[in-house]
Amino acid sequence: MSGHDQTTADPGTADLSHPDLKPSGTLQATQPTGHEAGHGAHHGGQHDGHAVAELPHATMRDYVIGFVASVILTAIPFWLVMTGTFSAAATAAIITVFAVVQIVVHMIFFLHMNSKAEGGWSLSTLVFTIIVVVIMLSGSLWVMSHLHSNMMPQAHELSQIP
Amino acid sequence: MTTSDWAIEVPDAPHTEEVDGQPIRFYDVEEHAHPEGYSTMLGFWIYLMSDCLIFAILFATYGVLGGNYAAGPGPQDLFELPLIALNTAMLLFSSITYGFAMLSMQANRLRATQGWLAVTGLFGLAFLGIELYEFQHLIHIGAGPQRSAFLSSFFTLVGTHGLHVTFGLVWLVTLIVQLNKRGLIPANQRRVACLSMFWHFLDVVWIGVFTVVYLMGMLR
Amino acid sequence: MTPHPAPEVGPILGRLSLEAIPLHEPILVATFGAVAVGGLAMLALLTKFRLWGYLWNEWFTSVDHKKIGIMYMVLGLVMFLRGFADAIMMRIQQAIAFGGSEGYLNAHHYDQVFTAHGVIMIFFVAMPFVTGLMNYVVPLQIGARDVSFPFLNNFSFWMTTAGAVLVMASLFIGEFAQTGWLAYPPLSGIAYSPNVGVDYYLWSLQVAGVGTTLSGINLIVTILKLRAPGMGLMKMPIFTWTSLCTNILIVASFPVLTAVLTLLTLDRYVGTNFFTNDFGGSAMMYVNLIWIWGHPEVYILILPLFGVFSEVTSTFSGKRLFGYTSMVYATIVIMILSYLVWLHHFFTMGSGASVNSFFGITTMIISIPTGAKLFNWLFTMYRGRIRYELPMMWTVAFMLTFTVGGMTGVLLAVPPADFVLHNSLFLIAHFHNVIIGGVLFGLFAAINFWWPKAFGFKLNTFWGKVSFWCWVPGFWVAFTPLYVMGLMGVTRRMRVFDDPDLQIWFVIAAIGAVMIAAGIGAMLVQFAVSIWKREELRDESGDPWNGRTLEWATSSPPPEYNFAFTPMIHDLDAWHDMKNRHHDRPITGYRDIHMPRSTGTGVILAGISLVMGFALVWHIWWLAALSFVSLIGYAIYHTFNYDRDFHIPAARVAEVEEARSRQLDALRAAEPQAAGA
Repeated sequence: MSGHDQTTADPGTADLSHPDLKPSGTLQATQPTGHEAGHGAHHGGQHDGHAVAELPHATMRDYVIGFVASVILTAIPFWLVMTGTFSAAATAAIITVFAVVQIVVHMIFFLHMNSKAEGGWSLSTLVFTIIVVVIMLSGSLWVMSHLHSNMMPQAHELSQIP
Repeated sequence: MTTSDWAIEVPDAPHTEEVDGQPIRFYDVEEHAHPEGYSTMLGFWIYLMSDCLIFAILFATYGVLGGNYAAGPGPQDLFELPLIALNTAMLLFSSITYGFAMLSMQANRLRATQGWLAVTGLFGLAFLGIELYEFQHLIHIGAGPQRSAFLSSFFTLVGTHGLHVTFGLVWLVTLIVQLNKRGLIPANQRRVACLSMFWHFLDVVWIGVFTVVYLMGMLR
Repeated sequence: MTPHPAPEVGPILGRLSLEAIPLHEPILVATFGAVAVGGLAMLALLTKFRLWGYLWNEWFTSVDHKKIGIMYMVLGLVMFLRGFADAIMMRIQQAIAFGGSEGYLNAHHYDQVFTAHGVIMIFFVAMPFVTGLMNYVVPLQIGARDVSFPFLNNFSFWMTTAGAVLVMASLFIGEFAQTGWLAYPPLSGIAYSPNVGVDYYLWSLQVAGVGTTLSGINLIVTILKLRAPGMGLMKMPIFTWTSLCTNILIVASFPVLTAVLTLLTLDRYVGTNFFTNDFGGSAMMYVNLIWIWGHPEVYILILPLFGVFSEVTSTFSGKRLFGYTSMVYATIVIMILSYLVWLHHFFTMGSGASVNSFFGITTMIISIPTGAKLFNWLFTMYRGRIRYELPMMWTVAFMLTFTVGGMTGVLLAVPPADFVLHNSLFLIAHFHNVIIGGVLFGLFAAINFWWPKAFGFKLNTFWGKVSFWCWVPGFWVAFTPLYVMGLMGVTRRMRVFDDPDLQIWFVIAAIGAVMIAAGIGAMLVQFAVSIWKREELRDESGDPWNGRTLEWATSSPPPEYNFAFTPMIHDLDAWHDMKNRHHDRPITGYRDIHMPRSTGTGVILAGISLVMGFALVWHIWWLAALSFVSLIGYAIYHTFNYDRDFHIPAARVAEVEEARSRQLDALRAAEPQAAGA
C-alpha cells in the first residue's frame, strides 16, 4: 500500500491500537526516576492533568567522575604549556585533544547527555549544532586565509615595491 | 514511487476498521494533558544550542583576527597562565558544587540545595572577580579592546562568557529567593535543572576559551 | 542634503535635538502629515467604539497561537505597504533621473530608501508573514492546543513589532542607514556613517532578532513534543515538516546575525577594531559572517512556502502529495546545504579558485532537491482533478516564475559569470524573481487558502483574480528589464544615469511597478469586500476546500482550545483519512481543558526594549541604563508569577461543541449528498 510504506522506517510510529498510546511514541523515553519526592502521589498520575515532567536524574558517581576527569584533563594541558615539554605544534595538538575529551566528559557527566534524553532530540540537536559550528569555524578560517594570501601583499612582494 | 501516488482518489466504500476487536478511534476521549513543564527542558537545551552558535562566531572571529596585533602586544606579552589556571579552577569547583545542589534537590533537601547554590554563586563571583581584575590590568597597561583586532576579539569572546556568568549569577540569586518562597515545587525544580544546564554549558565554553585563547596564545 | 557632522551629545537628550526632525524633506513632512492624521483618526475611532479594552484583553495580551499568528500577518501587511512605497519611489526616481535630471530624491534620501526597502521587506514583511503562518497553522496541523511556550510566543511577536516600530521611527526622527540592507563596513562604520542611521538599523534588528530566535525555539519544541498521538515524523503534514526545518534554520542562524551585529555595534560604540581599516580589522570578515546568517535566511523565507505549495497542490488536485518521502528528504537536504553556500554572495572578494569552485558547486547542488520538489508538485497535479481556485492559481504562477528565478540563480552560481554579473541589476532581478515568485506568491496562496479557517468566510474570488492578473504580469514587466540591463552591465543602487538609451527600460520597469501597485490595491479591496460581504462568503463546514490535514477538522474559526478531544492519527493526511473512514465526532464526555493564561508581560518587556533601543540609538545613556535595569527587573518580577494557566470547564467546552454539532447537523440536512464527504 502506498503511503504506508513509511511506517517501517519511522521510529516514531507507535502501536496505534493500544489505549495507552503516548504522544508520538518516541517522546516518552525518559526513564521514570521516582526522584520527585513529595510528588510521589503522581505515580501513574498521567490522568490528573497535573503530572510533572521528569527531570534528568543525576548521581553522585557521575559528578565525582566528571570532576576528577576534568581536573586531570585541565591540569595536563596547563602543565604542558607552562613547562614547554614538547614543541609548540605537538603541544597544540595534544591540548586540542584534551579539550575535546573534556568537553565530552562534561557533556556526559555534568549535562547528562545520552541518546535517550528527550527521546533522542537532545543528542540530535547537539550533533546538528556541532556540524554547523564546524562548518562555520572551518569555513570562515579557510575563506579568510585564502583571502589573506590572495589579496594582502606578502613580505617578499612588499620588498619589491619600489 | 508506488502506483497509487499517481492515481485519483476514489472514496473507499463505507467500512469500519477494527483493531484488536475494537473499532478504530480517531479521537482520544480519555486524554490526559501533557504534564506541566513537558517541553521546558528540551526548549532550554535548544536555546543553549543557539547560544553555542554565538560563541562559535566569536571563536571564528578570534581565529581569523586573533593574529592581528597591529604592532601592539600579543598573547605572550599579556597572559598570565597561573591566574587563568586559578580562574579555571574556580569554574570547575562551581560545576561540582552545582552538581551537589542537584543531588540535594533530588533528595528533596531544600536548605542543602540553597546552600550549594550559594556556594556555586561564590565560586562564580570569584571567577568574575579574577576576570575583571585581568581586564582592568590589561586596559591599565594600554592593551584595551581598542588597541588591535586581536584585543577586540579577545575582550569580546572572554567578555561575552563573563557576561553569561553574570547573568547566571543574577538567575542564581533569583532562584535562591524563589526556593525560599515556594520550596522545591516542580516549577522550581525545573528552574534549578535549567540553570544547571546553563552553568555546565558555560563551563564547556570555558574549556574552549582557555584552550584556544590562553594556552594556544602562549604557544604562538 | 549631505549628512550633518555628528552632533554633540547632551547629557539629557543625547544626540537628539529638533534638528533630527527632517523638516527639510518635503516628502517626509507630507508622509508624516498623512500618517499623523490617519493615526489620530484610528485612535479616535478605537476610543469612540471603546475597542481599547477589547484589543488589549483579546489580542495584545493573548497567548493564543491563532491570534498571535493573525497579529503577525497584520504586522507583515502594514510593513509591506511601507516597503512597497519605498520600491515604487525608487522605480519612479530611476525612470526620470536621466539626461542631467536629478530626479526627485536627493542622494541622502534615496540611499535611505533602498536600504529601508531591503531591511523592511526581509525582516519586517517576509519574516512576520512566515512566522505568522507557521504560528497559526502548525499547532492546528499537529493536533495541539497551543505552542509549547505560549507566553514566549506573545513576547516574540511584540519584540518583532518593537523592531518594526524602531525602523518606522527613523523615518520621522533622524534618519535610516544609507548603507544597503546588510550594512557592510567600513561604510557602516563610525568613520563613514557617524549619524544615527546605522544605529537604528542595528538596534531594530537586534530587538526583532530576539523575537525571531525565541519563536524559532518555540515552534521546534512544539513540533517535536506536542504532536497528536500516532503522528510519527513521517506522518507529519508537509507544511509542518517545512516549518520544522525553517525553525531549525532560524535557531541555527539568527544567533550568527546577533553576534555579527554586536561586533559592528562594538566597533561603532566602543571603538573596537573588528571591521575597521586600521589596527588589524577586516571588513571582509563582516561580509563573511553576515552571509553565514544570510544564506540560511533565504531558505528560512522560502521553505515554509514550499510547504504551502505542497498542501495547496495536493488539496486542489484531490490527490495525496506525490513523493511525500522525497519531499521531506529534499527539505532536509536543502536545510543542511544552505549552510555550505554562503560565499557565493561574495565570489568577487578575491578568494582563490578552490574556494570559489567549492561554493559554486555546492550552490548548484541545491538546485537538485529543489528541482525534485518541483517535479513532485507537477506529478501531484498529473492526472489530478485540479480545481483552479485562487490558492492553486498562485501555486501555478509560482511554479512558472520560481523556475526562471532558480535557473538565473544557477547562472549566478558559476563564479566566472558572477564576476560579470555581481552587483548588477541581473542579481536584483534574480532575487526578486525567487522572493516575489516564491515567498510572496506563496503567501498569497496561503492567505487565500487559510483565510476561511481563520475567519470563517472565504475571500472574494473576483477581486482575488484581479489582484492575481495585476501581480503576475506586473512582476514580469517590472523585472524583465532588470535582467536585460543587468546583462548590459548596469549596477544596482544607482540614483542617476547618463546613458539615455537605458531610460526606456527603467520606464517599462516603472510601469510594472504600477501594475504591481494595482495588484496590491486589488488585494486590499478583496479583503475589504470579503469582510463586507462575509455572510455571503460564510463557510459553516470548517472545511471549505475539502482539505486533507487536521486544521480542517475544526470549526472556522477554531475554538480557543482547537480540539475538544485530541485527534489520533493513523495516516498521513489525517483529516482526509478521518473523512474517508467515516469517523464519528465524539459528542459527549468533555473534560476540563488546561490552557495558558493571557499576560501583558510580553507587551511591557517589548515596550521597554523599544525605549532602550531608541535611547541607545540617540546615546541617551541614562535612559538606556534605566530601561535596561527595568527590563531585567521586570523579567525577574515575571518569574515570581507561578499562576500561569487555567482550565476551561467541561461545561463550557460542551456548550461550544454542541453549537458546533448543531452547525454541522444543519449543513448535513441542507446537503445530504455532501454528508460524510
